Parts: sequence; structure tokens; C-alpha cells
Amino acid sequence: MGRVLAVIIWILTLGSVSLFFVKKWWFPQAISAHAAALDRQFVLTIIVVGIAFTAAQVGLGYVVWKYRDRGPNDRAVYTHGSNRLEVVWTVVTAVIFISLAVMGQSVWASLHFNKAPVGAYQVEVVAQQFQWNFHYAGKDGIFGRTDPNLIDDSATNYIGLDSTDPNAKDDMTHTVIAIPEGRPVELILRSRDVIHNFWVPQLRFKQDLVPGMNIRVHFTANRPGKYELACAELCGQFHYRMRSFMLVLPTAEHEALMALPQDQFQARITELLAKYQLPAYQQ
Amino acid sequence: MSSETHEAVHRHEAPTSFIRKYIFSLDHKVIGIQYIILALTAVVVGVTMSVLMRLNLSWPGTSWSILGTLFPTGAPGGIMNPEFYLSLVTMHGTIMVFFVLTTAPQGGFGNYFLPIQIGAEDMAFPFLNMMSFWVTFVGFIVILAAIFVEGNTTIATSALGVWLGGGSGSTVGPIGGWTGYAPLSAVGVAAGPGQGAGMNLWIVSIAIFCIGSLLGALNFITTLLNMRTRGMTLMRMPLTCWAWFTTAVLALLSFPVLLGGGILLLLDRTVGTSFFIPGGLVFGSSVLNTHTGGSPILWQHLFWFFGHPEVYIAILPGMGATSHILSTFARKPVFGYRAMVFAIFAIGLLGFFVWGHHMFISGMSPYSAMTFSILTLSIGVPSAVKTFNWLGTLWGARIRFTTPMLFAIGFVSLFVAGGITGLVLGQTSLDLPMHDTYFVPAHFHLVMGVASIFGMFAAIYFWFPKMFGRFMSERLGKFHFWLTFVGVYCIFVPMHTMGMVGMPRRYANFGEYRFLDSIHPLVIFVSIAAIITALVQLVFYFNLIWSVFKGKKAGDNPWEATTLEWNTTSPPPHDNFAGVLPVVYRGPYEFAVPGAPNDYVMQTEPDASTAGEGVGGNGHNGHKH
Amino acid sequence: MATTVTSTKTAEKRETSSGRGSKFPGPNGKGPKGNGNGGGRRGPRRGLSPEAYRVTMWMVIAAIVMMFAALSSAYIILSFDGERRRVTMPPMFFLSTGIIILSSFTIETAKRSLKRENESRYRGWTIATLVLGLFFLAAQVMGWRELAAQGVYFASHPHSTFFYFFTGVHGVHLLGGIAGLSYLAIRGQRKGKVGKVMPKETSAGLMSLYWHTMDALWIWLFLLLLILK
Repeated sequence: MGRVLAVIIWILTLGSVSLFFVKKWWFPQAISAHAAALDRQFVLTIIVVGIAFTAAQVGLGYVVWKYRDRGPNDRAVYTHGSNRLEVVWTVVTAVIFISLAVMGQSVWASLHFNKAPVGAYQVEVVAQQFQWNFHYAGKDGIFGRTDPNLIDDSATNYIGLDSTDPNAKDDMTHTVIAIPEGRPVELILRSRDVIHNFWVPQLRFKQDLVPGMNIRVHFTANRPGKYELACAELCGQFHYRMRSFMLVLPTAEHEALMALPQDQFQARITELLAKYQLPAYQQ
Repeated sequence: MSSETHEAVHRHEAPTSFIRKYIFSLDHKVIGIQYIILALTAVVVGVTMSVLMRLNLSWPGTSWSILGTLFPTGAPGGIMNPEFYLSLVTMHGTIMVFFVLTTAPQGGFGNYFLPIQIGAEDMAFPFLNMMSFWVTFVGFIVILAAIFVEGNTTIATSALGVWLGGGSGSTVGPIGGWTGYAPLSAVGVAAGPGQGAGMNLWIVSIAIFCIGSLLGALNFITTLLNMRTRGMTLMRMPLTCWAWFTTAVLALLSFPVLLGGGILLLLDRTVGTSFFIPGGLVFGSSVLNTHTGGSPILWQHLFWFFGHPEVYIAILPGMGATSHILSTFARKPVFGYRAMVFAIFAIGLLGFFVWGHHMFISGMSPYSAMTFSILTLSIGVPSAVKTFNWLGTLWGARIRFTTPMLFAIGFVSLFVAGGITGLVLGQTSLDLPMHDTYFVPAHFHLVMGVASIFGMFAAIYFWFPKMFGRFMSERLGKFHFWLTFVGVYCIFVPMHTMGMVGMPRRYANFGEYRFLDSIHPLVIFVSIAAIITALVQLVFYFNLIWSVFKGKKAGDNPWEATTLEWNTTSPPPHDNFAGVLPVVYRGPYEFAVPGAPNDYVMQTEPDASTAGEGVGGNGHNGHKH
Repeated sequence: MATTVTSTKTAEKRETSSGRGSKFPGPNGKGPKGNGNGGGRRGPRRGLSPEAYRVTMWMVIAAIVMMFAALSSAYIILSFDGERRRVTMPPMFFLSTGIIILSSFTIETAKRSLKRENESRYRGWTIATLVLGLFFLAAQVMGWRELAAQGVYFASHPHSTFFYFFTGVHGVHLLGGIAGLSYLAIRGQRKGKVGKVMPKETSAGLMSLYWHTMDALWIWLFLLLLILK
């Protein structure tokens, strides 16, 4: 019985670990500047985790294999433990875990402890049940005023843009976000109704959009293309299809897009969505 | 006759009527069984819901005719609506966390065995004990009512339904997830289906549950501190008692916060306050002018301040049971008893300082996030220490592979599997890709939904002979163990990979996104494993019920164990010790004592070298494997 | 292992279920060896000592304090919203604060009277505390009226809501205290040191502990509302 248990534990361990090893199912290819460091930290953590997991399961299998009851004349080792061992393994574990913890802060710090760099490209994001709205400041670089009372879905004024505000004249909105490649992007995240979450897996980044708050985040995307955008915080019954796209465009193409007048803007985005393909995913 | 103060005679006479014996009983043993039955019922509801969830995720668009008949609005033509799915998610989580994991381990086994293991005749406050069960029961009825009020259009639109908050008939309860984030949960029906009466009943049910738990916690703490028998010092208590004690303290300090938060949420929903609702919200095309000034993140803080200690409430009793059972069937003392006690305290204490790791990306201060992150990884240390000590207990042992032992060993394996991924999720940077993906349910199901349950299975198989005087079938028990152990690995390990690919939580359907296409084979694999594992549990139920009547008879100490419950009859008499309270002379895990005639020395044995000789030696009743 | 019956105290407590006392002739019968009795406070083995009840009361207080701590943090967080209006502290709340502080003195006097074996004074001061408690609640309700008069309602900005909410929740808990005081006052008619469940001194001690907590809690809430209004 002990031997069977040990073998089953080891087979399950092998199976679990190989699921990670095989890399058949893995993160999608990253497209952001901080992703390399993040992926490295993940791999490091998974290796530590994997070693600990395997060691514990191998150890467990070993003891249940070896120390089975062999009969009435056989007694176990009478010991209440070892203080020295307790100290050693507590300290070792603490050192490893705290080190991981400290290392695990660096990417976070780089993204969140500093404001967006000067010259970052700004987009305002207004999420609603169940649609993404992106507000572009236009040529003047100033966002027009918005007011919830001006929201009118039937007139496609999803974000309540105040048309009387002169800064709003050149503003554009769309359900697709288009950002420049290689330049820091600052998102100003807002929500109309409930909590949503902006998430593009390739970006290795997500953030809640909280009603009543303007949350500023920044990142840099460095690979042009079209990527799916999903909502990652339960927001109602159609949470599963609050889908859109993020276009990362080469600088020139992005500038050209943003320079277009509003009536051509929509059409151009549609063209770009057709031009760029979704990444090839593992099958 | 003691002429000074007449001490409280809290002892009660043995009841005679059926109602006093089995329904409104003051006896902690009956109350413990009542809690266990409640949990066994609730888990059937919870598992059924999860199987339905798996069916929907794996074969979307399929028509399930039973669903269509029972819930014509929620699953028209037998095809589940997304809100129906989300209500299953919500109710599954709520029922499992509260009515299974917070009842059986503590209120069930704790109630039954804490008094006996410390040598007391009953809990300190038997009346409060009875109330704590029945209050919890009422809470369960209320959460079940949510299913019907939201799931049946006739009820939802009736006068009662409208008074309770209205409903669409298209869900089986609220759809906020067990976490109920505001403002989705706070604004009522404006936010969509599943935000009407079901949500109100959900809050009320949880509030009632809070009260039941608090009553229970008072009892546990008072009993343990004041009613230990002569010789039962704190450091001679079984580790199960330490676990129940710490769990009770956690419950005492965390449930009031949930109660407070729940009341605030209910007020927001019913009388127009704005604790969690900021101004200027727009639903559909109408602006919500009646609310202003609230903070959605405040709900998260209040909820998770409770929510994190709650998960330790769910696992600590299982850890205590595992330590206890491992030692018993390893025929060896627990390795590092003192360290184990400190580890339990450390887990309990640290558990209060890490709630923010559920909220890294919530919009809270990134500096707070960092602090929470470092504290979170620190809590891995006492958990690791416990694991080392379990391995140490098994090293040099003479293991008897009974069913309870198998489940206890399984607990160790699964706790490591689940706990270790906490190191990933606890780092702020790594939470950026992982938050709200399937990596998270993979982690918490392995620790809560499996390890904790294995602790309960181990406890049931272990203590069944004491509770009913009969064994559960070993053959069926082992069958149950093998299939469940392999099954749960198959169900939850693939979820880690799904999370890495990017599968988000709480999605009713994965067909919308191309980046998710590749995981479909994994999803099917998980569902098949889940269905098989769920069906295997029927064997357990059969074993349980059949053995109560027909199981092989068991004596007082069939496992040759050492703690006080094995000193009395199986089942114990009404006052646990037939009028003669035991006196304790030694610690709880004196196995393989050199010089003792048997390989175990009971706690009541004053002289180890003569232990087990003459009357009271139970070696003959042993059940060797 | 000779079996000696245990001390007389425990022997008496064994009531009807005895007769089976010799079932476990094991070590139970040994007389007190004075070993390992490290549990500390221990009365006769079958009863709960007064300390036990005090521990339980402290647990109850801990739970109540946790809930108010949660609500207080909510209040503090929500007070920093620039949109909210300034609230003037209703004068009635100053009065009620005075009343409840006074009532702590009366209940303390009641407890001391009992210690000095003066039962009628104990009852008298207990009733005085109860009456003050009722006046306190009345003053709170009048305070609500004053709030409404300045246009602050329950469902206004959450900062305003807390003026009603804190007083309401505290008042509910205080009502529990009033129920306890009533019970003691009525039961206190019975002569003798022993109540139904515990000695009178114990119940008086528990009651005053609870009542002082209600007082301290109100002072905290009052100051919180005053400073952050």
C-alpha cells in the first residue's frame, strides 16, 4: 500500500510538473517593455516552486514507501522533534520566500511607483457594461470635458463628451484602442457603472477601472500588431464578451491615424483591424 | 456540600424526548453531528452547481433538457444563460466556503471532539451552542431561498418577491461572485439580472451566518480556556484543539467585520445610502442621481479583511486533524509539537495582515500593495514549517495505511500543491498577469476545496467508529480515496496552465476570444475528471450511511490511539465520561515510548511502563493493517 | 492501580448519571497528585468559575469592538471626500455623552454596593443606571431630530449617514445592556448571593464591564464624529 501510494504521488508530481515543462500551454508572446523582467521573475518563481513541490512530494512518497508498518515487534523512532532542525528550516524557508517577495516587487515598482514619463501618449478609457470606450485627445492633446449627465448611448455619446467645450472639438472616441509602438502610453482609467478591468494578455498588465476614480497607469508596447482586449473583473452577465482590440502601430502610422478628421477616423481603424492579424497562438 | 458560591451547574440532564434528543439538543455531540449533516447536504448542492458549471464551459450551447424544464427562464430550451451561469458561480462559492468549509471542520468535528479531547462533559454554554447551530441552519435556508426567489419567475414577480427586491427569474441567485464587489452588488436591479432579491437574501444569509459563527467562537474559546480536565495543560492538548482554538479566535475577530460590511451593503441596496456607490453612475442611459460619495474599494477592504482569515478558518482544523491522524497511524509522536503550535499561531496572526493581496490591482495604493505582498510571502513560512514537521512525523514511522491515514497523507500532498502557488500569486508583479485568471481558482481550490476537504474526510473516517460504534468500510474507503486523490489532481492542476494562457475567471463562455482557443482540450479533460470525481463521492455517502447501521462493530479504542476520546465508550455517553472525568498525565502523542509494553501510551496513563496491562488496556481492540 | 474516589466536591456533582462510576477503574480514581495542573484558574471541576464568564464577556467585547472598528474605518475613509457637506454636531449628543458617562459612575456604585453586601443599594443604583440609559437613548433620538433640522438625512452623503448609523448601531447594543440591567434589577429582588446561573457579584461585574464598554464606545464614536465632521 505504501509503495503504491508513493508511486501514485510521484506519477502525479511528474504529470503536474511536465504540464509546465512542456510549455505547450504558456503565456502568449509578450509585447511590452516590462514583460521580459516579469517573465524572468515568473520563471524563477516557478522553478523555486517546482523544486519545492517536487522535493516535498518525493519526500512524502519516500517516507510512505520506506516506513510502513512491518509487524508487531517493530517500533517507530521515539522522537519529539529537533529544535535545531526547526530553526534551520524556518530560516532557510524565510530567506528564500522573503527574497522572492522582494524580487517580485521590482517590476511592480517600475510600473506603479513613478508617474508616466513626460511625453507619454495619453488615452482616456471609459468602461461600461459591456463595452470599452477610448477617448483620444486629438491634435490639441487636451481631453474635452465629459459629464455623466451628457451620456447618450443612442446618440453614441458613450462617454458624455461635452460638445460645447472647445477642447472637445478635435476629440475622438472609439471602442478600439490604438497606441504607438515604443512610446510610453498613459491610460486614464474610468468607469461609468461598475468595476471593470483592462487586460491584454500579451501586455502582462491589468488594472481595475473603478467608478468614481481616475486611475492612471503607464506601460510601453514594443511590438506592432492587433491584440485582443478582455475585461478581467466581473461586471455583469455579459462580462465574458466585453471584447475589443488593442492596435499597436508604428509611430508614423499612429500619427497619421490621429491626424485624421473624425469622419475618416472610424473607417481607418476598421482598415487597420483588417490589416493586422491576431498573433498565431499555439494549437 | 460546598457552602460558598454555588458554581454553575451547566451540566444538563440527559434528555428523553425525541425532540430534545435529536432536534433541539444541548448535547455538543448531537450538535456536532447536526453541523456535519448540514455540511454534507450543502456540499451536494455546491458540487451539483459546479458540475453544471463545467457542463456549460465544456459544451457550450448544448441543450440540457432537465435544466430547461426546471429553469425555463434561466436556461431557455435547456441552454444556460450567462447570468444563470454566473449565479451558479456565486452560489457555489458562497455555499462551499460558508456552509461546508466553515461548518463541518469547526462546528462539526470541533463541537463533537473538543470537549471530549480536553476531558470536559460538554461545551461551556450548551444553550448558546444549540443556538449557534440553528442560527446557521436558518442562514442556510435563506441562501437556498435565494435560488427560488431569483430562479422562479412566478415567485420573483409575486408580492413577496417584489418586496424582497424583485428578480428576473433567469438566475439561481445573485451574480456578484461570492465576493460581491460593489457597485455591481450595491445598486440593485439597475446593474442587471441577479441583482434583485437574490442579492438581498445573500447578504441576509451571510449576516445570519456571521452571528451563528460568533456564538460558536465564544463557546470554543471559553471551553478550551476553562474546562480542561486535571492534568490537561495547554501543551498537552492535541493539535486538533489548538487548531480549533485558533480558528475560533480568527472567527471572533473577522466575522464582525463582514457583518458590518454586509449591513452597509444592504443599506446601500435598500434605503439609498451610498457607502459603496460613488456619484454619477450611469446604467443604461439613466444617471443614478440618488447616490454620491461612496467608495467601491471600501467594500473590498471590509470583505477581504474578513475573507482572508476566513480561508485560514477553513484550513486550520484540517491541519490539526492531519497532524493528529498522521501521528496516530505513524505510531510516532508529532515531530515538533511546539513548533506546530507556534506555526498555527503565526498563520492565524499573520492571516490578519495580508488581505490586500486580493486587491493588488484594485486601485489601492501601490505602496500598500507592496507591503501586503511581502507579508503574504512571509505567511508561507509557518505553512512550510508545518509541512516539514508532517514529513518529520512520517520519517522513522511504522505507518498503518488505514483510510483516514491515506486521506491525511493526501492532505499533505495537496496542501503543498496548492500552497506553493501562493508564492506566485503573492508577488505584486506576478499578480499582474495572473489576477482574475484560472490560476487563482487553481490555487484556492487545491488548498480550500481539496486539502481542507481531505482533512474532513480523514476526520470522518477516523472518528466515525467513536461516533457510531462501527467502522466505515475500509474497502469502499480506499476506493474513495484513490479515485478522489487522482481525480482532484486531474481537475485542478491543469487550471494553472489555463490561467497562464489567460483564461479569465467568471466567464460564462470562452468562445469569444481567439487567444483561448488552445485550451479547449484542457477544459474538457478537467470537466470529465470533475464529473467522475463527483460521482465517486456517492460511494462515500453510501459508505457513510450504510456503516451507521451495518458497519463492523468497533470498540472503545479501535485505532490504538492515545487521546481522551479513546478513553470512553463508542459512542460516548451523554456526559462523555460516565461521571468520571479523566486525569491526564502526559502529552497527546506518546507512541513508541521506549519501555512501554504497547507502542502507544494513553494520556490518562500515569505509568508508561505498565501501560495497557490489566483493565483499560485496549490493545485487543486494535485494528491493525 | 488502586481506585480511590475523587474529592468530595466532584463526588457531589455527579448526579443521576452516576452508578456507572466504576466503568473506568483506570487512573481516573487517583487522588490529587498535584501534578501538571498548569491550567491555572480552576474552580470545582464541574462548574464555570467567575473568571471564565469574564473571559467570555471580554470575547463578546472583542467582537463588538471589531465591528465598530470596521465601521469606524469606513467612516474615516469616506470622510475624505471633498463633496460632502459640513455637519454641525447636534447639542443633544453632548448631553447624551454626559448622561452615559454619569451612568458609568452609577453602575460602578452599584457594583461596589454589592461588594459591601448592600443589596438594596445595589438594586437602586442598577435601576438608576437603567433609567440613565433610557434617557441616553432618548437624547440620541432627539439628536436625530436636530440633524434632520439642519438638512442632514440618513441617505445623504455617507459621511452624514454615519451620524445616524453610529448612534443607531450603538443604541441597539446599548439596548442589550438595558435588557441585562432590567434582568438584574428584577432578579436582584431574590435574596442571597447566588443568582440563577452565577453569583450575583459575578453578574454585576459582567454587566458593569459591558456597560463601561458601551460608554467608552460612545465616547470614541462621539469624538470621531466631532473631529471629522
